[in-house]
Amino acid sequence: MDKPDTHDKPVATHGFDLDALHRRPQAPIQEADIALSVERLNLSYSGKPALRDIHFSIPRRRVTAFIGPSGCGKSSLLRCFNRMNDLVDGCVVSGRVMLEDTNIYLPTVDVSQLRRRVGMVFQKPNPFPMSIYENVAYGLRIQGINRRRHLDEIVEKSLRSAALWDEVKDRLQDNALGLSGGQQQRLVIARTIAVEPEMVLLDEPASSLDPISTLRIEELIYELRSKYTIVIVTHNMQQAARVSDMTAFMNLGRLVEYDSTDRLFTNPQQRQTEDYITGRYG
Amino acid sequence: MSVERKSLYLGRRGGIAHWFRSGEPMVWLNAGAVSFALLSVFGLLWLLAWHGLGHFWPRELLEFSVSREGELYTVLGEQVSRERVSTDQLRAVGVRTSASGKWELRRLVKRGNRDFLDTDFAWLLDSSIVEIRRPRAVMRVERLEWGNLYGRLLGIEDRGKPVATTAAADEAATWALFQALVAENEVMRAAIRDLEGEEVGRINFDMERLRLRERRLALAGEALPAELAERRRALEADYEVARQRLLTLYEQSERYSYRVALADGREVTLPLGQVVRAILPNDMGVLSKLNYYRVRLWEFLSDDPREANTEGGVYPAIFGTVLMVLLMSIMVTPFGVLAAVFLHEVAGQGRVTRVFRAAVNNLAGVPSIVYGIFGLGFFVYGVGGELDRLFFPEALPSPTYGTPGLMWASLTLALLTLPVVVVATEEGLARVPQSIREGSLALGATRAETLWRVVLPMASPAMMTGVILAVARAAGEVAPLMLVGVVKLAPTLPLDGNFPYLHLEQKFMHLGFHIYDVGFQSPNIEAARPLVYATALLLVVIIALLNLAAVALRNRLREHYAALDAPV
Ligand SMILES: Nc1ncnc2c1ncn2[C@@H]1O[C@H](COP(=O)(O)OP(=O)(O)O)[C@@H](O)[C@H]1O
Ligand SMILES: [Mg+2]
Repeated sequence: MDKPDTHDKPVATHGFDLDALHRRPQAPIQEADIALSVERLNLSYSGKPALRDIHFSIPRRRVTAFIGPSGCGKSSLLRCFNRMNDLVDGCVVSGRVMLEDTNIYLPTVDVSQLRRRVGMVFQKPNPFPMSIYENVAYGLRIQGINRRRHLDEIVEKSLRSAALWDEVKDRLQDNALGLSGGQQQRLVIARTIAVEPEMVLLDEPASSLDPISTLRIEELIYELRSKYTIVIVTHNMQQAARVSDMTAFMNLGRLVEYDSTDRLFTNPQQRQTEDYITGRYG
Repeated sequence: MSVERKSLYLGRRGGIAHWFRSGEPMVWLNAGAVSFALLSVFGLLWLLAWHGLGHFWPRELLEFSVSREGELYTVLGEQVSRERVSTDQLRAVGVRTSASGKWELRRLVKRGNRDFLDTDFAWLLDSSIVEIRRPRAVMRVERLEWGNLYGRLLGIEDRGKPVATTAAADEAATWALFQALVAENEVMRAAIRDLEGEEVGRINFDMERLRLRERRLALAGEALPAELAERRRALEADYEVARQRLLTLYEQSERYSYRVALADGREVTLPLGQVVRAILPNDMGVLSKLNYYRVRLWEFLSDDPREANTEGGVYPAIFGTVLMVLLMSIMVTPFGVLAAVFLHEVAGQGRVTRVFRAAVNNLAGVPSIVYGIFGLGFFVYGVGGELDRLFFPEALPSPTYGTPGLMWASLTLALLTLPVVVVATEEGLARVPQSIREGSLALGATRAETLWRVVLPMASPAMMTGVILAVARAAGEVAPLMLVGVVKLAPTLPLDGNFPYLHLEQKFMHLGFHIYDVGFQSPNIEAARPLVYATALLLVVIIALLNLAAVALRNRLREHYAALDAPV
């Protein structure tokens, strides 16, 4: 897969890298290629609404980015896709989130099974205090896969996919906490894709990392889209422009505009979007 | 700029007020408090070590000529202490003293020979002492009974016939023979102990089990199979063999006796089989004294007590203390962790949980004797009695578990230390970051799996901290133990070679109770006093060692699950 040149340059890209965007193949999204669709989704925390009437679909094997000011509900929406919000006391969700043909909010849905299909990477790297190997094998062991050969294989494959293998192959048994922040985040990605999810949710995965690590994560995301449906939350518009095919702009709990990244950044339809991406937003 | 300078100037002139404001008095106060605490601790340890460890050193033997009411008599023994006492006090208890001053010096002399004198300690007034000699050839004999003997060795007899005497100028040879016989005796005693403790102990144990089996069958109304009778005959035959061997050994050990001249001139003949060790303290070099010290210290640590715990060792008490603490830890950890997990992970954080948590925390303030009474009433009589009725009806009316024992003592202490473990574990659970839990859940782990695979391992150092505190509390606890299983003298260790090896229903000895017993229940206070110090020191050392072991374990866990302290 060819990478946009930007990734080899230093990060300080102040404007949008439109070249990179134009070089990206832009296959039109067909109905059948919908990975997940959200219908009339409302969410409130202890009665306080945080998401209002969200309605849109996420294409399969593409990168979809959520942008918007802090507190607009990006994380809340993302956490609806693997029902992470279930953990929050007082969080009430109404509406439907369809994965394939099932509404994941039906009471009959096995949440563990859902989370295996929809993996998640968090803002702060959160490796377990175990060896690098065990971190990656964790999700498999949970599923009862304990055969050493099988594990070895998957661990290597996942670490390679996460572009971490070369750096850690000689110290797989070392504690994962000894890795740098960027390496930890890639380890978390490796851990997530080790269970072969269909979809990977990333909530500001690079916001706590240095520029070089951020670049590597972005490269990685770009490569992973050939196999996984990726949804990424970012407050960094350049990042959204660099890595995503589709972008959704959110504000005050509403989905303001949703379009292909190209169009959203070059030709926004809404006034709010334009204000935000041109930096006029308060 | 000028303002700053001005305030600096004022500060200097402010004197005491400034000094107080500077916070320096607080520093001094803190340093003082720390030094005081350290001094107290080291002072305590020094006191225990000085009195306790000095006991095993062979003191020189002194021979005092004492005049009392015109009569001259001789006292031979070890000078234990010397103190000042007021003459008025002496007169009040009827001691006639020739001294004219207000104060008199007196010394406490251990003169032993309890079988020939009315007391083995004597107070000698300095004013009554005519002469102090330091004879070379006086011996100190440690015996199985009657305490120490002090005197001069005259000779050795073989079934009443003299085989060696010190009179015939072969003093050294007689002494050598005496030592050789004592050593031989020691070997024989070990053989007797092995026979009695292991062989006969095993036979008795099997016999008792056989009896219980017969009774169980009888209770069930079943016929006794023939093999039981056969088995009984075999055991009886075994016992006869062991008894014969024991008799032979006893007879051998009674063969020799030794003649001694006591300080008052009496000459007595005593059985050599009773001698544990004999030395000539005034004739010993520093090296042989050191060696003797080592031997006696080791005896203290590794041997059974003798003579109502005032002689010999404390091994069974060490064993009992350590075993009880280990069992307690094994019991309290799962309960404490389960309770903490329930309070922190399972139950909602509502009012009920808060009340519950407060109740658990307050359990730590309940006096330990209350736990003892609860243990006796609930565990021993309630649970134990029920167990006996259900599982050991053949042994009734003599109780098996319905009587104080190791299991109930450990369980009672586990209950006593439960709050500590719960609180510490809860703190550990609270410190596991939400992000780590979410990471696990996001991989499809259930809450239980997350708890088991990530949260509990990460909280394990905190659990160990709880166990450390529990051990520290339990090892030093005595009051409740007196009610639920500790005894002054247990005939056997609770861990032995007889199935099921660990006898949880047995009573056991404990260093803390041993201190109390030797110190306050002993018939011979002066003899027991040094042992009280030594045992107290030992208990402190053992608690420290148990704690160190737990701390080492915790540090290893911490290293392993360093996430909580590592900057991310
Ligand atoms: N656990 C929670 N409990 C209560 N309110 C929350 C919680 N998480 C988020 N919120 C609120 O929901 C709104 C959206 O938050 P979030 O989804 O985190 O925004 P973003 O990720 O876009 O910054 C905010 O107003 C925030 O205060
Ligand atoms: Mg967010």
